[in-house]
Amino acid sequence: MKQYANVITAYLIMFTLIIMVGVFQSWSIALTILNYCLISAVMTIGANIQWGYAGLINFGIMGYTALGGLAVVLFSVAPVDEAWSVGGLNMMICVVIIISIVIAIRYTLKKIAPSKKRNYLIASIIIIGILLLRIISAPAIEGIESVEPAKTGFLGGLGLPVLISWIGGAFLAAGLAFVVGKVALGLRADYLAIATLLIAEIVVSIIKHEDWLARGVKNVIGLKRPAPYEIDLQRTQWFIDFVEKFHSGKLALINSAAEKQEMLNQLVISASSVYVKLCFTGLFLSVVIILLVLTQKALYSPWGRMMRAIRDNEEAAGAMGKNVVKQHLLIFILGSAIVGIAGAMMVTNDGLFTPGSYRPMRYTFVIWVMVIVGGTGNNFGAILGGFVVWFLWVEAAPIALFFINLFTSHLPETNEIRVHLINSASYFRFLMIGIGLLIIMRFRPQGILPEKIIKN
Amino acid sequence: MDFINAILVLLNFTIIPALTYGSQLALGAIFVTLIYGILRFANFATGDMMSFGTMFAVLLTYYFQSLGINLGIFPTALITIPFATFMMILYMLTIDKFVFEYYRIKKSPPVQLAMVSVGVMFVTQAIIRIIIGPTDRTFMDGEKFILKASEFKDMTGLSEGLTIKSTQGITIIVTLIAVSIMFWFLNKTKTGTSMRAYSDNEDLALLSGIDPKKVVLITWIIAGILATIGGILYGLDKSYRPFVYFNNMLPIFAAAIVGGIGNPYGAFLGGYVIAFAEIFLTYAYKRFFTYILPESLEPNSMIQLLSTDYKFAVSFSILVIVLLFRPSGIFKGKTL
Repeated sequence: MKQYANVITAYLIMFTLIIMVGVFQSWSIALTILNYCLISAVMTIGANIQWGYAGLINFGIMGYTALGGLAVVLFSVAPVDEAWSVGGLNMMICVVIIISIVIAIRYTLKKIAPSKKRNYLIASIIIIGILLLRIISAPAIEGIESVEPAKTGFLGGLGLPVLISWIGGAFLAAGLAFVVGKVALGLRADYLAIATLLIAEIVVSIIKHEDWLARGVKNVIGLKRPAPYEIDLQRTQWFIDFVEKFHSGKLALINSAAEKQEMLNQLVISASSVYVKLCFTGLFLSVVIILLVLTQKALYSPWGRMMRAIRDNEEAAGAMGKNVVKQHLLIFILGSAIVGIAGAMMVTNDGLFTPGSYRPMRYTFVIWVMVIVGGTGNNFGAILGGFVVWFLWVEAAPIALFFINLFTSHLPETNEIRVHLINSASYFRFLMIGIGLLIIMRFRPQGILPEKIIKN
Repeated sequence: MDFINAILVLLNFTIIPALTYGSQLALGAIFVTLIYGILRFANFATGDMMSFGTMFAVLLTYYFQSLGINLGIFPTALITIPFATFMMILYMLTIDKFVFEYYRIKKSPPVQLAMVSVGVMFVTQAIIRIIIGPTDRTFMDGEKFILKASEFKDMTGLSEGLTIKSTQGITIIVTLIAVSIMFWFLNKTKTGTSMRAYSDNEDLALLSGIDPKKVVLITWIIAGILATIGGILYGLDKSYRPFVYFNNMLPIFAAAIVGGIGNPYGAFLGGYVIAFAEIFLTYAYKRFFTYILPESLEPNSMIQLLSTDYKFAVSFSILVIVLLFRPSGIFKGKTL
């Protein structure tokens, strides 16, 4: 128990902070923060598997998050039949062409010895393939995008339940990670960071500009939800009764029936939003707990020991007969798949898919700060990092405002510097995160909760 | 005649813009490569440091304009270069003193320094946004064009015009001057030689009595000059917006790696490789082909290999290909 004391204290402080937000601001805000903290925690688990267990730098977290989000659209949105009939066939042919290009290249790589001739052959396969793709897809894309462009204009998805799309997100992200891992994992650490960052940018730019796939920057709104809708809840009798019972003391103080009804209506509206968020919290919390149990088990299994051995000394691990390349690829895929789940969770929580919002700052670097601040190689630490950094990220503006007001209180209200600072209060979050990262890197490089090796 | 027109179309819409954009990238890429070669880490704060220098140029330009100082047909921003550079170097040296020096002395792995530079990136971005805000700003003044399309048409009687914006001319000329001085410094002076020696083999350089502190100081000074000039030229040509500068970091990295990281010549050429590839692959050649092909063969589509939305994706794909087949870059950089 004693060895967990610091973990428990750290988490208690964190939850007290969130509860304080609930008391002082509102429960709805506190739950929103908590939900995002849980989503961030899933992302940090993924990043921590790659960086903490295996020492692989993946600056492409944004790309996998976006793919997870895309999965929600592709799996859960109802198919647009008209678009399928206009361009579905051509698009299917395109998929077949892409697969055959890949097979053809693999075949040439295997059968023909490395030579100039082989390079030309591969180049011509790619060029002919791309030309074919352009010719076949162009009319189909035009057709699909002209089907009710204001509402659909894309192929739609499979119409499956939204929870299945989370698994779909994991598989999409894993697929990309497989390709990226095959290509880039041989690179030195900082090259790998840059390469993954750039590949993620390519992925996001494809999602942004291929409107037939997921409407691009026009966004997909009104996605399915695993939780009930507020508006339905407000009309459900058991929920109204429940709110009435819960607030019976407050309601009893009001005498007039009309006022009582109005009060009750307001309470029901605010309670419905809290209830929906609680549903999400329960769902996310179960995902976090399942992943935490699995990753903890893995970390202290023989496989986890092998990963740490590879991380700490690749050559020695290789000399002991461990297949370093294969294990790196495996862990790269696993970590990315978890990030894909987080991406899907986030889009489900928001109820909309906005490809334009995927930026490396928010979805790569902040996640990395979370992992490093929390504690690399320690799952509890990484999750705590997700909570702390996200909390700071959201609450930075109010905190900054408080300090600005404190330090400029001697200045008149209309003082230019004061007004300017108050207007730019929201940018202090970058400052806080940056300075926080620098301080942690300097004075506690192992993070708030350092890695713990349990020896049996 | 049609042939000349076709060449003019290419010059106007691909070659001159690519040369300009390439120069801006080249300056940034040399900055990245110097830091990588001598201080031995990938600096993720590159884009934001360039933005930081440019911010001072923007503010000073507004100040000078309010005082009524200007350069006539040249943009006022040119006078601000020395002041902005000075502020930039001061900032870089402060950051180095308080942040990077500790890890350099401890001989931390490059990955850790790269992580630290992410922290610097956050802080720099915050400072910029707090001082100047995230909005788009233009600070270009003076004469807009060196050569206008209509004047050119009148002069030569051709149906296709040639436009050269003054920012394009200034960018190319200033880049050439700055880069030549830097190469002269690196190759001909004693300090430059000691920098190259330090980059090639740190231990040997220390053994032969080279002062590492001086090398680091000079590196930051050169990096500061290049970063500020690159940032100002980009801002003059397009406009100044902090977020765009952050994004520019990515093609700049691509240019530095494609050219062979740690190799300043490679970085210089890499900038142009990336710029030309981006623009040539996303340009619609319809007008070009209408001039050179006989009328019966005239194309009816845009003849565009990739849509302009994929401009960035092109440079990243080149980078990935180079990393796969020639990780030391086209022009042989360091294989650290």
